[in-house]
Amino acid sequence: MSMLVAEMVAKALENNIPLSVQLDLTYRCNERCVHCYLDHHDHGEMTTAEIKDLLDQMAAAGVFYLTISGGEIMMRRDFFELLEYARLRTFCIKLKTNGILIGKKEADRIKALGVESVQISIYSHIPEVHDAITKLPGSLEDSIDAIRRLRAHGIHVIMANVLMIQNVNDYMGVRALAAELGAQFIVDPTITPMMDGDRGILDLNVDEAALREVFRNEALGGGNVEEFCAPPLAPGEDNMDQLPCSAGHTACYVSPYGDVYPCVQFPLPSGNVRQMKFVDIWRDSPQLNEVRTIKLRDMPTCSQCTHGSTCTRCPGLAYLEGNMRGPSYQDCEKSFARTGVPSENLKARKASPQPRHAVQLVQIQGLQPAARIYSKTVAETQTVNA
Amino acid sequence: MSNKRYVARSTAIAARALGDETMVMSATNSTLFTLDQVATVIWEAVDGMTPLDEIVANKVCTQFDVSQEVALQDAEDVVAELAEHGLVTISDQPIAQTNVQGAAQTKGTSA
Repeated sequence: MSMLVAEMVAKALENNIPLSVQLDLTYRCNERCVHCYLDHHDHGEMTTAEIKDLLDQMAAAGVFYLTISGGEIMMRRDFFELLEYARLRTFCIKLKTNGILIGKKEADRIKALGVESVQISIYSHIPEVHDAITKLPGSLEDSIDAIRRLRAHGIHVIMANVLMIQNVNDYMGVRALAAELGAQFIVDPTITPMMDGDRGILDLNVDEAALREVFRNEALGGGNVEEFCAPPLAPGEDNMDQLPCSAGHTACYVSPYGDVYPCVQFPLPSGNVRQMKFVDIWRDSPQLNEVRTIKLRDMPTCSQCTHGSTCTRCPGLAYLEGNMRGPSYQDCEKSFARTGVPSENLKARKASPQPRHAVQLVQIQGLQPAARIYSKTVAETQTVNA
Repeated sequence: MSNKRYVARSTAIAARALGDETMVMSATNSTLFTLDQVATVIWEAVDGMTPLDEIVANKVCTQFDVSQEVALQDAEDVVAELAEHGLVTISDQPIAQTNVQGAAQTKGTSA
């Protein structure tokens, strides 16, 4: 993080400003990726007018970085209308898409609208592997075509390579492809649970040996691998007020149905923009305010763990495992793969083994009534129109 | 020939007030800038139609304890730097601004 961005984040924290928002326009998608955490039905997406109003509210609240994602964003027929509206509100706009619907005309529009970056998931450089993950024949070729079109305009393209057991051997091939196309390459070794709490897809996560290989691959990082993978120093008193991440502090997520969460990976229902103003949810939501109170010293296990101050613990994954103040098993595994030093949580589990998917989710159930309410609203509207 | 200078913000920028400063990012190269309090006043006032000296007289000198001469020189330096990075356009004629590049091509419908 540059000094200027760090100053900006510090100022946003000080002034309680939601600097970054990810807005998912839709969960509908033209791919059916085996690891996807979403269902692809429309439970009552926000209308064009609702999203424009939300963009106005977010600009007024101080949102600077706007990530527009999905689902597949271009499944919305009003996508460019919304993108243009967001441009007029002077957000720094980042898009996440599979690129399949980006033809020449669409690439021209994206260029004209001054998008900061476009992130496209590429699972493998081998069509059979990529297409088997997306379950869409020809999808690798289509996504690569989109990257070429965007790059021809000089648009910053990020090729995101999510690692799972199906493609664990292909990340260097994808990296080479990114270099050939002039795209930035990032690798993400985390498969997250589905937003409805189903943890079945976690079986697709790569094993510890593969994770270790990724962390220790000098070609992937830009930094010092030995330093990155060195045994950590236990957290001191000065680390105890450390914040877990930006979720709920300077960032949040809004679903296609207007639900606000601390982060896309942290589905703690915190309010809905169809019922309250965005800024009121941001400032006054009891859930967001609770998330903001959590510091390292409030985490009974992590504050005692040698990885406490260096771990990339995701509070959302911890929440999905049943306790937002607890450790995230997936991140414990990553810390272990990176350093060879087991976390307190891993040691406790070894001493008292429990089935991996036995953690009971409680809070996530809050998602389901919300979806039902909006489905009903849509059904009523359709009846009136008929 | 007029010696008035007109300044218009580029359409390919991201910008947001943060406290009494403003963050501005060039969409073409993702370079981030912060504008201080005075530069923020100028940034908010440049509309392509109001001459820079009028902005300085009516917005800057009324809010800050500075002479017109010094404030105008500072303002010219600021807009010149912003123009170097493609964040504003400077002209000796009023600049008509379109909303968004290529906006006419957009045909959106409700999802």
